[in-house]
Amino acid sequence: MLTERVQLSTSIDLDHRGRDWYTDKAVTFLVFVGGISAIVLIIGIFVFITKEGLGFIAGSLDVREFFGSLAWRPTSPTKPTYGILGLIAGTASVTGLAMVVSVPFSLGAAIFIGEFATGRLRETLKVLVELLAAIPSVVWGFIGLSLLNPLIIDIFDVPVGLGVLNSGIILGLMAAPIMTTIAEDALKAVPDTYREAAEAMGATKWQVIFRVVLPAGRNGLVAAVLLGVGRGFGETMAVLMATGNSIKIPTSPFDSVTALTATIAAELGDAPVGSDHYRALFTLGILLFVVTFIINLTADLVVRRAGRK
Amino acid sequence: MSRTLRVLPFLLVSVACGGCDGSSGAGRDIIQNKGSDTLVFVALSWAERYGEINPSVAVAVSGGGSGTGISALVNGTADIANSSRKMRNREIEGAQSRGIEPIEYVVGFDALAVFLHPDNPIEALSITQLAEIYAEGGSHETWSQLGVSVPGCSSDEIVRVSRQNNSGTYAYFQDAVLGQADYKLGSLHMNGSSEVVDLVANTPCAIGYSGLAYATEEVEMPCISTDGGDCVSPSVESAIDGRYPIARPLFMYTAGEPTGMIKEYMDWILGEAGQCILVDKGFAPAGSVSCA
Repeated sequence: MLTERVQLSTSIDLDHRGRDWYTDKAVTFLVFVGGISAIVLIIGIFVFITKEGLGFIAGSLDVREFFGSLAWRPTSPTKPTYGILGLIAGTASVTGLAMVVSVPFSLGAAIFIGEFATGRLRETLKVLVELLAAIPSVVWGFIGLSLLNPLIIDIFDVPVGLGVLNSGIILGLMAAPIMTTIAEDALKAVPDTYREAAEAMGATKWQVIFRVVLPAGRNGLVAAVLLGVGRGFGETMAVLMATGNSIKIPTSPFDSVTALTATIAAELGDAPVGSDHYRALFTLGILLFVVTFIINLTADLVVRRAGRK
Repeated sequence: MSRTLRVLPFLLVSVACGGCDGSSGAGRDIIQNKGSDTLVFVALSWAERYGEINPSVAVAVSGGGSGTGISALVNGTADIANSSRKMRNREIEGAQSRGIEPIEYVVGFDALAVFLHPDNPIEALSITQLAEIYAEGGSHETWSQLGVSVPGCSSDEIVRVSRQNNSGTYAYFQDAVLGQADYKLGSLHMNGSSEVVDLVANTPCAIGYSGLAYATEEVEMPCISTDGGDCVSPSVESAIDGRYPIARPLFMYTAGEPTGMIKEYMDWILGEAGQCILVDKGFAPAGSVSCA
């Protein structure tokens, strides 16, 4: 077959546009479409949510009420109010606690996998961490609802176990695998010559890790944490199930809260299309989009700066 | 758990033929029936039974909430909307502007029960007390203010369990109990009636409300009194004779005066066969019927 084709192509006119030429063009075109599809999609999504949300921003939005008031009462029969302070406080507290849970876990795991584990153990651990990342968020939410909830009630003697602590732990466990994988990559990117030089000067294993490897991989580690924050911030299903959905600025880790994402998920289905409520939910969408965009962009820039060094 | 997935409210049931639509395919006509989560289980039973009686018609039922059903009726994607609240004036105007005149049917009544943990000693509550507990500015925050101490609730705090703010149940409770006042912030918003019952059953400090049909043996239901009135326990009987103070009508809406198979289906629902299925599911019938 192959020799036949070679003979063919040598025997024909070089200018001739045969099947291969068309195949080549078609594949080039397909790859191009695939390549720019991310850009097209992200612009499309942004245009869509802005189109729906801008009507609210331009029309009924009272900025001071929106960011300064706790009262999210979009369906009030007397006076609908759209204060998202409670939703922001909920999202921030849950994401914050999630980072407290996941940063030590994932950095520890990354250091162990990258610096200590070898051979079979290392490969097994890597596969398991990636498997952990594949658990669907609704399953995590279910664990929060039916396993952590009674556990928190029993241990701490609080009335309800759905809240900041519950969803913080769940989100922390959800974000940890991604953070571990990226942090481990960052440690791997530190050249072995650094470690060898440190060891040659008589540093112990711990000294090598804390004084040489971690500082050298700092940017990658920061990016890992930022992506974890982005994951926690945007997570919806698990938060919807484990926070208790209560509009409140938490004063203790056992308080029930609600999140921006969960509010959209719970209310959009029933909000009449085109109403202020519907548009206000899209405005929340814009806010989420912008914040996650900034977080991911920052992470990306940090990684790039690390790469340039 | 599936009820939490309200963004994807596709609970297509009772359509025996897989991909056929409209009058094509296997020759079954399809009625699209959509709306209230309170009514969804009754609507499913109706659809199932009607399919046995009249095999040429298939009724596709989906939930999603009263608002979803009404907008589907207005958009023409549903033939019949189920609703646990009356259509709002705004919604009626919206429908009329699209040339649709919604026709309202009261298909039954639902007693709205208040749920307490079985360890809670309270046996009677008044509408005023409920408003003090749930409404913005209300004074009741702890169980001791109601004169009881609840075993297992060491914090004494009243944990208010409510529904998400676009539910028909939430709107009715706000109307009938809070007198249209806003809810206190910080209530726990559950995405379904059964979630409310589950949470109250597991939480000694909690109080919740939902349709009587969702009650289980794991929760206690206090009797409810209006000011100066008798205290009446929620039941199908007390909802029928109007003694129970917080019973609400359940609605179905059609786009314009129904004809053909939709009219036949509505007549069947309002007839004895349909009404007895409703009673069987724990609701009160729209008129008097005698069921076996």
